[in-house]
Amino acid sequence: MDAPLAAGPGAARAPAGQAGAAARPPLVALEGVDKAYGREPPVLHGLALEVRRGDFLSLLGPSGCGKSTVLRLIADLIRPGRGRIRWADPAAAASLGVVFQDPTLMPWATVADNVWLPLRLRGLSRRTAAPDVAEALAAVGLGGRAAAFPRELSGGMRMRVAIARALVTRPQLILMDEPFAALDEITRFRLNDDLLELRARIGCTVVFVTHSVFESVFLSDRIAVMAARPGRIFGELAVPAPYPRTAAFRASPVYADWCRVASATLAAAMEQGSDDG
Amino acid sequence: MTAEPIRASSRPQPEDAAGRDRLRLGRLARTGRWLLPAAVLAAAVGLWHWAVTAYDIPHYILPGPLVVATTLIDEFPSLALNWWMTVKVSAVALALAVVAGVGLAVLFTRSRWLEMSLLPYMVVLQVTPIIAIAPLIFIYIDDHVARVLFCAWIVSFFPILSNTVLGLRSADERLRDLMTIYRASGWQRLRHLELPAALPYFLGGLRIAGGLSLIGAVVAEFTMGSGGRAAGLAFRILEASYRMQTPKMFAALLLIVLTGVTIHLAIGLLAHLLLRRWHESALGTEV
Repeated sequence: MDAPLAAGPGAARAPAGQAGAAARPPLVALEGVDKAYGREPPVLHGLALEVRRGDFLSLLGPSGCGKSTVLRLIADLIRPGRGRIRWADPAAAASLGVVFQDPTLMPWATVADNVWLPLRLRGLSRRTAAPDVAEALAAVGLGGRAAAFPRELSGGMRMRVAIARALVTRPQLILMDEPFAALDEITRFRLNDDLLELRARIGCTVVFVTHSVFESVFLSDRIAVMAARPGRIFGELAVPAPYPRTAAFRASPVYADWCRVASATLAAAMEQGSDDG
Repeated sequence: MTAEPIRASSRPQPEDAAGRDRLRLGRLARTGRWLLPAAVLAAAVGLWHWAVTAYDIPHYILPGPLVVATTLIDEFPSLALNWWMTVKVSAVALALAVVAGVGLAVLFTRSRWLEMSLLPYMVVLQVTPIIAIAPLIFIYIDDHVARVLFCAWIVSFFPILSNTVLGLRSADERLRDLMTIYRASGWQRLRHLELPAALPYFLGGLRIAGGLSLIGAVVAEFTMGSGGRAAGLAFRILEASYRMQTPKMFAALLLIVLTGVTIHLAIGLLAHLLLRRWHESALGTEV
């Protein structure tokens, strides 16, 4: 992937979302996945989900429905009890970008060194990695804060550093686990806008876990609604609104309609989850 | 992407009265940290001097502060050699404790089996009073310096081991996940995550071990001391006590206290330099 991370004249390219989600080739698929921890009731049961190239796929569901478990399975942090995870391109599995709910930065390292980490682990020296690190930091608007330590930054800025770290390896797939849940609404809106702008520029696939209907509709072109106990995909929605989506989209009737649909689906999923539980 | 306004990292200048009060209190607290102990010391020395003069206490029972100071100056050339020996033994023991403590801690975090097998014996070593095994060490180790060094090492080793093990284990779970996702090797994990995360804990252990290494060196010499070039300050205290040279005992004791305080301050300074930019324990501290 050679698209520049930082904005520049002519850097924006046609967003991937417009090709039509169904026509995209698959990137990774979870097939009949069960996951249980010890003797506890299963967290996931018979979960099937296909992530396609260029998707902005949100996993929307109530707390405890196993959204994060799905991400951990894709990241190979845990193994499924049953079923399998099939990658169309093993190279994509080997270079993931991940953003957790907390920025999860190394407090002892500067902003630049935090972003350097994934490249450093691949054996790149500070000097060799410097242009990529600088570009990733510029892409999230933190070019001037490379020498700062995480504790000197606000919550929103720390999250930007985490995003820069996820971007620096130019991954094909970025996994985001409720990255903005702990931020105030204004910061969250701004980061949502910026995230879409970034993705339009680099065209990577995103799987985004959230429990916010509004966030999922604003960001994604596909929403997989999950039900709990045991976690499974309850239904899938496409949000065909074209990118780029801006603040104007958030105020549009179309957006409100999609939020209504997504809310209704989520409510139905939660009802079924509580019936079963 | 546009960043939100950058939060000033330099110390803010508060505009409200409460903020000014806080600053003033902070300044007072910083001055007080030096001034109050100094005042207590001055008062104690004054009281000491007064008591010795008022009650006409003989020197061999309790010398006054002036006599101690004169003795220290007069005897310094002869005490300095022994002092240097004690400093050297304590420092080398501490260095060996760091190497062994950190090394073993790393091995323990690599292998649960090893930890389960060895840790109980480390605890036994820690809880056994050093003075009780000193006579045995006297039998098994011939060299005087090696004996004292061994004792000082034993007592200073455990705090470093236990704190470093705790620190290596305390690395953030999500950062560990990140290392897995980025396929970090065991060495990379140690180098980039576990060791930096353990640093504040290690330095806490070092602070304790620093004092203990000096205590170990002194205690060892009291129980196994011998004269000659290899003798440390503790031996000089013993020697002076046999000859009823109480002022000299005080002079040597003063040197030991000064050494202990210097070790403590030096490790405090090291911790401050290493942690001041990022760790809560060192933020806003001054040595």
